[in-house]
Order: sequence, then C-alpha cells, then structure tokens
Amino acid sequence: MLQSVSDFLVITKRQLLQMIRIPEVLIFATIQPAMFVLLFRYVFGGAIDSGVEGGYVQLLMPGIFVQTVAFTLAATAVGLAADMQKGLIDRFRSLPISRSAVVIGRTVGDTLQNVVTLIVMGLVGFLVGWRPSSGPIKIFLGFLFLLAFGYSMSWIGVIIGLSVREERVAQNLVFMTVFPLTFLSNAFAPTTGMPKILQYFAEWNPVSTMVAACRELFGTENVFGATANSWPSQNPILMSLIYMFLLVAIFAPISVRKYVRVSK
Amino acid sequence: MKSIVAQELVKSYGKGGVKALDGLSLDVEEGTVLGLLGPNGSGKTTTVRVLATLLTPDSGSATVAGIDVLKHPDEVRKVIGLSGQYAALDETLTGWDNLTMFGRLYHLNSSGAKKRAEELLEQFSLTDAARRPIRTYSGGMRRRLDLAASLIVKPKVLFLDEPTTGLDPRGRMEMWGVIDELVKGGVTLLLTTQYLEEADQLADSIAVIDSGKVIARGSADELKNQVGGERLEITVEANQIADATRLVEQVTGVKPSVDHGIRKISAPVSNGSASLIQVLRLLDEAKIHPLDIGLKRPSLDDVFISLTGHVAEVVVGLEVGGKNAAKRK
Repeated sequence: MLQSVSDFLVITKRQLLQMIRIPEVLIFATIQPAMFVLLFRYVFGGAIDSGVEGGYVQLLMPGIFVQTVAFTLAATAVGLAADMQKGLIDRFRSLPISRSAVVIGRTVGDTLQNVVTLIVMGLVGFLVGWRPSSGPIKIFLGFLFLLAFGYSMSWIGVIIGLSVREERVAQNLVFMTVFPLTFLSNAFAPTTGMPKILQYFAEWNPVSTMVAACRELFGTENVFGATANSWPSQNPILMSLIYMFLLVAIFAPISVRKYVRVSK
Repeated sequence: MKSIVAQELVKSYGKGGVKALDGLSLDVEEGTVLGLLGPNGSGKTTTVRVLATLLTPDSGSATVAGIDVLKHPDEVRKVIGLSGQYAALDETLTGWDNLTMFGRLYHLNSSGAKKRAEELLEQFSLTDAARRPIRTYSGGMRRRLDLAASLIVKPKVLFLDEPTTGLDPRGRMEMWGVIDELVKGGVTLLLTTQYLEEADQLADSIAVIDSGKVIARGSADELKNQVGGERLEITVEANQIADATRLVEQVTGVKPSVDHGIRKISAPVSNGSASLIQVLRLLDEAKIHPLDIGLKRPSLDDVFISLTGHVAEVVVGLEVGGKNAAKRK
C-alpha cells in the first residue's frame, strides 16, 4: 500500500518536473483561460445584461473556471496518448509498480497543474472586477470544488488517452466533446434562449451544476440557470458531488483495467 | 539452467485473426545470448512483449528466470530489463531525471536511485549529457540511456528489441560494444534483430523466426552449414570468362555456375584455401588477372532465403553494405 503511494508520487513528480523543464506548456495553459476571461469580459460582457450586482464578470468567472477544469481531461488524454505513442507506457508496464500508479499519478499531476492555472485566473479575474462575496471559507471551498471536478473529469481523459493512442486524435476528440458540453450550459449565457429540450440538457449538464454550485459558493446569484426548474438546477452542489462521485466510481476502475491490458 | 522458456505461444490480432505468433517455442540457457532473427512482422516484438509481461498470449506458456510469466507477472517484472525499439524515455526530462525516476520506480530509495543513476551515466559515457533534456540527444545516446534505464536493478534477464534499428553505423558499433560488455557481465539476453550481421556478431545462438514460428535454430556456423559449405567466387573481364570457368572446373571437379551479367564464376569447394591457391596459380599462368577472387561462406542472408523461400526484405540493402565494408578491409 505504502509502496503504491510512493509509486504514483514518482509519476506525479515527473509531471511537475516537466512543468519546470518546459514551462511553455504551463504558460500557454494559463494564457488561454486568461484570454478567455478578457474576451468574454469585454466582448460579451457589454452585450449581456446580467442583472446581478457587480456585473457580468461575477457570473462569468465561475463559468470560465469550470470550463478550464473540465479541459483537464484534455491534458490527461493528450499526455497519456503521447506516452503511449512513445512507448513510455510500455516501459512503465514492464516495471514492478502497482497497476494503478501511472494513471493515478497522471490524474493527480494534472490536478496540481490546475492549482497554478486557477490561481492565475483568479488573479486576472480580480483585476477585471471579479469580487467573490461569500467569505474566505466558501471561496476556498469553491476552489476545492473546482479541483475535485477537474480531477474526476481527468479520469475520462485517461480512457481517451489510452484508447486513441495518438496525441492529435486525442486532442480532436476532446475538443469535439468538451466544447459543446461547456457551451450547452449556463456558463456564459442564460439558458432561457435555448429550445426547451436543450434547456433540460443544459440543466442536467454537469458543467451547469458545477457552474451553479460555484456561483453559490462564490456568492453570486445564478440568474443564468434554473429556467426549466429541474432538480439539478435547484440542488447544484449536491448534484455536482453526485456527478463527481459517479465519474470517479465508474471511470477510475475502467481506466485501471484499460491500463493493465493496453497494448501498443 | 534455462533462463527463458516459451512453449507453443499463440497470439492473434484483430478480427481477421492475423496470427502474430503461431506456436512459437524457444529457450535460452542462463548467461547466454539468443538472437531472434526475422523480418518485420515476423513476430519478434510480439514474442518480447509476451515474455516481458506486456501482452497476454491466446495460448501457450512461458517462464522467465524460472517464474511463470502468466501466473506471476509482478515477480517477473522484478528480474527483467526491457529496452524497446522506440526509445521509451521522457523526452522533456533530462537523462538524470529519467534514470532517477526509473530508479525510484524500481523501489530504490532516493539516494540509492541517485547513486545508481550516476554509475549508469558513467558506464554509458553520458555523464556530460546528464543534465540535458533527452530531446537534444543523438539517436545513439538515446538508445544508450534507454538501455541504462533497463539495467537499473541489474536484471537477470534482459530483452532488447531491435537495439540498433535506425542507428547510423557508428551508433550501431557503439551499441554493440555496450551490449558485448553486458554479456560479459553474465546477463541472459534475448535480442531481436533484423540484421543478420548483428545476430552473427552478438548472439551465441540464433533462432530464425518467420510468420510467428521458429523455423531454424543453431549457432551462426550451424545455420550456415545447413545451407551448404564454402564457395569459390571469381570475377574476371568478360572475354576471359570462358577460360577462367574451364580452369575452375579443372580444380574443383564441378561445373561452376556463371553469372555473365556481373562476370562472376562460382563453384562449391570442399578444401577451401587449397583450391583457392591452385586456381590462382592456374589463372596466373594463363595470364588471367581476376578483378576479385575469394572464398565465400554462405551469409545469413543465404540462410534466410533457403529457409523461408523469400528474402528478408529489409535486410538486403544493409547486408550489401556489410559485404562492401568487408571487401574494403
């Protein structure tokens, strides 16, 4: 048991070392969401009438946070696909280490990268007027929620990465699925404008429940959600926790099985 | 004692059921080197992947260092080293980072992993490059580091899957030197290669593999004898072919085969060097000066063709290079 913890920590440490050896990766991973903050804040912010105190940016920031951590699955998928392609996974599999070490190490490593990304985005948000009003404990909980969501999404990335075995395919696949998921939600605009059926989808969408949960934790009224009055939109924190639990409970065991059997 | 035993391994891929392994059996005596020789797609890599616990065969059994590969893969992983045909390293990290990481994954403690990394970098002449990212390494340096990573715990059994594929001649020579040293250290080695020359150079024993089966087994000499003994080969000017052919026949007692295109006369000989001297003397008396003359033992190329009925495609060009190199000497 202790041995498997130390195994996955070595894999996680490898990722942190990568961040030091090629800082460009982290820089770009941070610039992109920061750019989104600025674009949405100044391009759409003027056009969208938020009707909340402090303006659109209060609603926007939780949306962008969630979108960013949802994309953790891209980092995981692409990273693992690259390791597959280069034969590194083969080498790991020939070592006397626990069968879950590589995938746990990877998901934890990607989550640690999110810590840095979220700090930078939070600061950029603050600079353009984001003012969470719920007090330090709830704000901290909000960020913890975001990290946990990113971590659970990361397990889907493991399966994608080990299945497609090619970096670029992984990238395309992830963008094709995660982008619609983040836009068919309450993250950037009210869901009222959508056809009724999409409203239901949007409200059951884990991205929406996460965004709603974060808005609550950061102390902003969620005026973009709850138009179809569905259960998840009324209990976003609980629903998000359920989603996270399900993601890990379903995808983590499948991932480990996949890793054990994967073959180039 | 046998260090590696594989029995009747079968592995099919995909829906069509293409058989990568079709009842492959082999064994390797402890402390010796087996060269697994075959063209691309013959099943070499699949064999290594099964023995190194990366792939489960459809049927068959295997033991490595006396441990059942299918029943106790974790135990097998503790005693093997694997270095693949693609250098499996983290390209973004330095050589040092890679070796210490793998050391930790072999469960050395932190200072143990560092000490071993230092030793290996020294042993493989990579100390100067230790702090550089792998992506700046040459092909040969990568392979050496990859090999170093597979030696961290001094494995009992080492698998090298095409260790020199894609290396330039110098990188190949360096790699051969390194492998030679390892073998002197007593490790049991299974080496796959598509270079006949490489198997000849490094392996105690060679298993020729084609379509997922071992089709011949023996030392390089044994395999060559299986195809036939020495041949005398002479190349002369076109207008001297007839005369030279007559002289060769006179000495060998056999009707030589003549290739007019490349003006080469060749005939099997039993008492190689004596026949060579005799032919040379007769040619000299007849004022015929051969452009090239020599005794040729069948190459492993010839072995391969006679065993499989087809040329080991990938190998031909390289083997020609090898022959030319030998001629220059």
